[in-house]
Amino acid sequence: MKTIKFLIEKEFKQMFRNPLIPRMIVMYPIMVLLVFPWAVSFEVKNIKIDVVDHGKSVYSKRLTDKIAASKYFILNDTPPDYQTAMQNMENGYTDMILEIPTTFDKDIVKSSNSKVGVAVNSVNGTQGLLGSNYIMQIVNDFSSELRDELITTVPPKSRASIMNMPQIDIIPHFKYNPGLDYKNFMIPGFMVLLLTLICGILPALNIVMEKENGTINQINVTPVNRIVFILAKLIPFWIVGLVVMFISVSAAFLLYGLWPTGSIIAVLISAIVFIFSISGLGLIISNYSETLQQASFLVMFFILILILLGGMFTPVSSMPSWAQAIAAINPFSYLTKTFRMLYLNGSTLSDVSGNLYAMIIIAIVLNGWAVLSYKKRV
Amino acid sequence: MSNKVIDVSNLTKMFGNFTAVDHITFDVEEGEIFGFLGANGAGKTTAMQMLCGISMPTAGEGTVAGYDIIKENELIKRNIGYMSQKFSLYEDLKVWENIRLFGGIYGLSDKVIAEKTDALLKQLNFQQERNTLVKYLPLGWKQKLAFSVAIFHEPEIVFLDEPTGGVDPAMRRQFWEMIYDAADRGITVFVTTHYMDEAEYCNRVSIMVDGHIDALDSPAALRKQFNADTMDEVFRQLARKAERD
Repeated sequence: MKTIKFLIEKEFKQMFRNPLIPRMIVMYPIMVLLVFPWAVSFEVKNIKIDVVDHGKSVYSKRLTDKIAASKYFILNDTPPDYQTAMQNMENGYTDMILEIPTTFDKDIVKSSNSKVGVAVNSVNGTQGLLGSNYIMQIVNDFSSELRDELITTVPPKSRASIMNMPQIDIIPHFKYNPGLDYKNFMIPGFMVLLLTLICGILPALNIVMEKENGTINQINVTPVNRIVFILAKLIPFWIVGLVVMFISVSAAFLLYGLWPTGSIIAVLISAIVFIFSISGLGLIISNYSETLQQASFLVMFFILILILLGGMFTPVSSMPSWAQAIAAINPFSYLTKTFRMLYLNGSTLSDVSGNLYAMIIIAIVLNGWAVLSYKKRV
Repeated sequence: MSNKVIDVSNLTKMFGNFTAVDHITFDVEEGEIFGFLGANGAGKTTAMQMLCGISMPTAGEGTVAGYDIIKENELIKRNIGYMSQKFSLYEDLKVWENIRLFGGIYGLSDKVIAEKTDALLKQLNFQQERNTLVKYLPLGWKQKLAFSVAIFHEPEIVFLDEPTGGVDPAMRRQFWEMIYDAADRGITVFVTTHYMDEAEYCNRVSIMVDGHIDALDSPAALRKQFNADTMDEVFRQLARKAERD
């Protein structure tokens, strides 16, 4: 075991002499905390809209203004007819068309009931869906505003009928992330990605690099034990991973006021358990690759599976059952879930213990496989 | 009767249907400089890797440094040094850091390493280069350093796989002086080479053709046996028989 001191010393020297790795270690948390949370968001803003106003009345003007004032929409144009608006959409100048009928005013005054037409470009599905939801919300808002105003203008005896009109408002009550802030949702996910890269991928590429340089042969003819050699590779990256994690947790608090509402100890423990499992995956990749090119390709393949089938962007529960089965053996999915529970739901260590046990089992399987597939003698 | 540090019989390695090393039997005595010659692809490197315990023999048996090559390969590794054809020090470590790393791997203490490093750098006249990254050293210097690192822990045997490939004649001469020094200290040297003048420097030479050992004796005896003036001619006569490309 005395040799491990010399090997770890070597790994740290090489790591800090590498032109790229120390910079990446600094750059990554910065990108994760300063750039990604703003860019990677499913909130749809700045939807361009054309309003075709056939009514040209006070009420239709008020509706148009209300839409233009919303932070979700940019009023692109108010063309005279639907065809011009459609042309705008085909040319990509606008994403949505709202058509207000000629009878809009009359309908509202007479029957308190009117219809507007909405056309949405759904090439970008999320934008289409959210955009039409937003516009419905605005129109509903507008109609209830009008109802309150109009009620005073109609004769008292007809008021009752309007008052009795059933009106159902859905008032969503968003729990745990009250501002529906996408950043709060994504930052814990990015922390998992960070641990995956630093503790799983980097050591794997590092081992393959020794294969490619031929230095691993030199190590293989020495009495160095294979477990000692692998541990000496992993430990420096584990340390760096935890340091970067510590920086990210602090920065998330200082920059966004995001602090685990649950147990911070549980965050640390689950991160450590995850590190063991993801290192195992990295080692398997390194055992089966002879060149950096092979290893990089495998890494890309696994990273995509880890992230896309790990519930970072889309919820696992809405995936088909075969994809859910993959998520069930995906350590990335367990830690993402755990971090979100700890950050947003205020969970305790015992709440996330199921995820921890799952990750421990995955860690044992992956590392066992890694040790068995590593050969010092061919 | 002198001690046999390498003693193998019928050593064989097959890769699928291809027999890289075909039932070779030989022994090497303590303190000997043993030349292991053969054309490219004759199976020299594979044979050497089996002796070093990084390649598992398909068949055959034997001992290296007194340990069984099948079962005790990890014990063999404690008692040998190895320097490969491909330069194998860490390029992004400094000269002293490489020495320290391999010293540490073979279980030397920090104090012993520090003392021996000073002595070695002085002996090689490398004091100026102590803090130079290995990748900035000229090839000949690297090879000298790699050899010194391979015998830093005073092994019983050192395996050299084409140690002087690509090195200029003057540097090769210096390198062989180092090999003689090591042999004088009792380290057995097992060396492969393509330079026939170097073969003349060995105590005994074996020549491999197509996975077999076709000749094994002292250079003088081999020249006599093949009725040749130089080792170069001996080699040509044998290599002509080769069927592998």
